Amino acid sequence: MSRHIPLVLIPLLALAALPLVGSVPTWVTLTVAGLAMGMMIFMMASGLTLVFGLMDVMNFAHGIFISVGAYGAATVLTRMGGQMQGGTLAGDLSVMLPAVAAAIALAAVMGWFFERVLIRPVYGDHLKQILITMGGLIVFEQLIHVVWGADMIPLPRPGAITGSFILGDAAIERYRVAAVVVGLVVFAAMWLVLNRTRIGLLVRAGVENPEMVESLGYRIRRLFVGVFVAGSGLAGLGGAMWAMYQEQVTPQMGMQVLVVVFIVVIIGGLGSVGGCFVGALLVGLMANYTGFLAPKLALGSNILLMVLVLLWRPRGLYPVGKA
Amino acid sequence: MPELRGPLLDLRGVNTHIGQYHILQGVDFVVPEKQLVMLLGRNGAGKTTCLRTIMGLWKASSGKVFFDGKEITRTATPDLARLGIAYVPENMGIFAGLTVRENLMLAARGGDPDDTRLERIFRLFPAMKKFWHSHAGNLSGGQKQMLAISRAIVEPRRLLLIDEPTKGLAPAIIGAMIEAFGELKRDTTLLVVEQNFHFAKSLGDAVAVMDSGRIVHTGAMAALAADGGLQQRLLGLSLHVHQ
Repeated sequence: MSRHIPLVLIPLLALAALPLVGSVPTWVTLTVAGLAMGMMIFMMASGLTLVFGLMDVMNFAHGIFISVGAYGAATVLTRMGGQMQGGTLAGDLSVMLPAVAAAIALAAVMGWFFERVLIRPVYGDHLKQILITMGGLIVFEQLIHVVWGADMIPLPRPGAITGSFILGDAAIERYRVAAVVVGLVVFAAMWLVLNRTRIGLLVRAGVENPEMVESLGYRIRRLFVGVFVAGSGLAGLGGAMWAMYQEQVTPQMGMQVLVVVFIVVIIGGLGSVGGCFVGALLVGLMANYTGFLAPKLALGSNILLMVLVLLWRPRGLYPVGKA
Repeated sequence: MPELRGPLLDLRGVNTHIGQYHILQGVDFVVPEKQLVMLLGRNGAGKTTCLRTIMGLWKASSGKVFFDGKEITRTATPDLARLGIAYVPENMGIFAGLTVRENLMLAARGGDPDDTRLERIFRLFPAMKKFWHSHAGNLSGGQKQMLAISRAIVEPRRLLLIDEPTKGLAPAIIGAMIEAFGELKRDTTLLVVEQNFHFAKSLGDAVAVMDSGRIVHTGAMAALAADGGLQQRLLGLSLHVHQ
């Protein structure tokens, strides 16, 4: 039963915001926007929480996978943008799918490189992990300046996901609905892999007690590389979705989102994908409601949310039973 | 004539450092095949470090460890498991977020656990069948220990390393453990760290006693159990105190 309590927080937060927002159509718009933002943050944060949980690695360079994914998608979208002019769904998909694939592939390759070159030598040493991953983030952010330039790149959003649905008096952006759908598909896929496959079983066990998994005859390092690469790819997907949402890409975007990503990972409980999902939705909703009610408090409200969650559950919403 | 075989496990002059501390200081002892060897000693004597060094979880700084005549001092932990060495740590190392079934599935590297072995596990520990779909974190201390041992024997193993299997268990559960270990030792070699002398005396074929990182006594368990003075000298307590 206690496992379901954090889930109740999502409708509770939404309902608590209704009287403060005052107007139902505005509340509906904000709620959908919050859920969409939450889904995108979940995609960016899910890999990081598994990396934390599985190998106890503090990876501050995770933001670079978000940026690189966004730039990968931007490159494809700007080069193939002509195909989207027809305004057909098929035309849009023929550009969006390669853009998303490029984002995932580029971020995954970057993740493999980071694990191999930067993180592997500093396993078990948090201070060195923080220093080297922060350094890596700065170096690769500068490399983005070299490859794509320092200026913001405007992104064309495909016609099929531009515009809004009108629901009563509420306007709901199509892109936000698409983001919610993609987020749900990613969450469902992760849930299935983690709960219905042997690899998933190993990952769940590894998050709890990596030493015991090794003692049973499994090479946890190989598993970790796989999770690291998959998590980086997901961050790239999240970055691409976030860039299309913002309709622009900047070299700093990964670093900027990283703060929220860390808040989500901490709220959810280190290593918990389910906690990360609930935490991301709470943070997305909170950011949108406070962004409307008191814009200057948007980031502060999420820090307050984190503080409140940690006062209630010091190890996050869904603490993983670490050995 | 019975076939003469060397020891299954052989430690020669093993030293282990953890950080600046010199824990194992030239440990020598053997575990003969198909015997249950009890590793006894006071708290802090180095018993757990000894098991972890054998399992490759801490690396020996010098000395050699042989398993079935082959040196395994530098062999990685997963490879030791594949050679047939199973380890049950002092904290049992069960995966609390996984069900009993999932814990056992993970230990059966070939896929699903073999039916015959599962039946044996259910016979030794009926609670495992009863709580098959329960999360391991919800089991009692004794049931968790049963799960930890079941996981170690769900596949055929040549050597079981078990650290304090009776720690914190109620006397009734210890009785069930003695029965289970009695059956296990018929076809498996075991090295068991234990503080409960009654348990050790009931099951051990041989004994090695550690003190300050060294082996200070090896011999037959029965001989140590019969010699109160020796127990007092080696362990600081005589047998009747533990019973």
